[in-house]
Amino acid sequence: MQALLGDCVASWYPGASGVTGAVRLSGGASQETWSFDIVHPDGNVGAILRRAPQGYGAAPSRAAGLNAEASLMQLAHEAGLPSPRVMHLLQPQDRLGTGFIMERVDGETIPRKILRDEQFSQARPLLARQLGKVLAGIHGLPLTQLPKLRRMTAAKEITELERDYRSFEWPRPVFELALRWLQERDPGPPAEVTLVHGDFRHGNLIIGPDGVRAVLDWELAHLGDPMEDLGWICVNSWRFGEIDKPVGGFGSREELFAGYQAAGRRVDADRVMFWEVMGTLRWGVMCCGMMQRFRTGPEHSIERAMIGRRSSETEIDLLRLLSPRQP
Amino acid sequence: MQDEPSPEELIKAVADFLRNDIAPQIGGHHAFKLRVSINALDLVARQLKLEQGSDAAEAARLSQILGTQGSLGELNKVLADRIAKGELDLQTPGLARHLWQTTMEKLAVDQPNYASYKRELAK
Repeated sequence: MQALLGDCVASWYPGASGVTGAVRLSGGASQETWSFDIVHPDGNVGAILRRAPQGYGAAPSRAAGLNAEASLMQLAHEAGLPSPRVMHLLQPQDRLGTGFIMERVDGETIPRKILRDEQFSQARPLLARQLGKVLAGIHGLPLTQLPKLRRMTAAKEITELERDYRSFEWPRPVFELALRWLQERDPGPPAEVTLVHGDFRHGNLIIGPDGVRAVLDWELAHLGDPMEDLGWICVNSWRFGEIDKPVGGFGSREELFAGYQAAGRRVDADRVMFWEVMGTLRWGVMCCGMMQRFRTGPEHSIERAMIGRRSSETEIDLLRLLSPRQP
Repeated sequence: MQDEPSPEELIKAVADFLRNDIAPQIGGHHAFKLRVSINALDLVARQLKLEQGSDAAEAARLSQILGTQGSLGELNKVLADRIAKGELDLQTPGLARHLWQTTMEKLAVDQPNYASYKRELAK
């Protein structure tokens, strides 16, 4: 891998003599991520390779594709949003598959560290507002410059979730209740269709002691209701125990909304709540899906099996949203 | 009748051995996989202990709400279908309480440390 990367980098990075320290990072089953340093006389440069896996991928019908991801990251970078610079799109002669190489941004993506470590104590109170501003920037990227993306609606999302859930052939009355709730409250098309990141949450955000440094993983980017991104980051599954701080376990909805509005965009709180319910159900269905792949796919791992036992977490969160109990 | 020790006792013994004697010697990705494996054994031990009682109570509640008899799987299928058709909803007497009870019993096995569960348990 290191030799292939070295040849690749030498072909487009002037003065580069190879790469060192190539390691595969954990994470995405649907995409491979490698970290390495480009060796250069002026000093080594940290880089990340993101490429299609050999063989099996997750929900390819939903993925924007690696070329679209690369152009979205570059567009975000050029618009001054926290996004890594894209250095190179893989070519057939690179013999590395499809994907791209980008600059590596230092920082933390592990939620428990971001929520508990002392070095992020100054950043935590700022993050919700910062992320509101970043989302406003993403939603403001001009549609005419975007690559070709899926157009998603709430109705389509409900239909897809219902189809996935039914394919598991395992009755979940709470999921049924949530599906009905969503069908009955579908708010229809948004006032404005925008770029939606689609997976804006812990794990896909690089955080430093100064706050948010980069937004990663545009795999699920699409066109749709911008309030979807605001709802998704409020899903309880991304609070990691800090359940009274709806935005990623570090902030309030009010701070998120304030950052968004200060950047000149409007918030529809009812739609955000609708998408939070959708997102909670979506994560629950995804947990079931990973368990299915443990059964049928090549990845017969204990981690995947155990994720199936996390779907009940989303059931209690759905009940807390749809049928709250009094203390 | 099968002999002692019970499946629950055996699984607990294996989980404790892995946790106390093996885990400290393992690093890297295998340490993560070992932790998940121990969690899985702990989950199975909780299920063996709690499942019989919670299943019986759940089936009794379902029979009452649905007015029909059947296996737990069949009853849950009927409940799911009837919610999907809109025949039952949160206004149906006893349904919200049943779903809460059932979900709490799942969490007691799956993720007893989940913060939402602990919050609701205190209510």
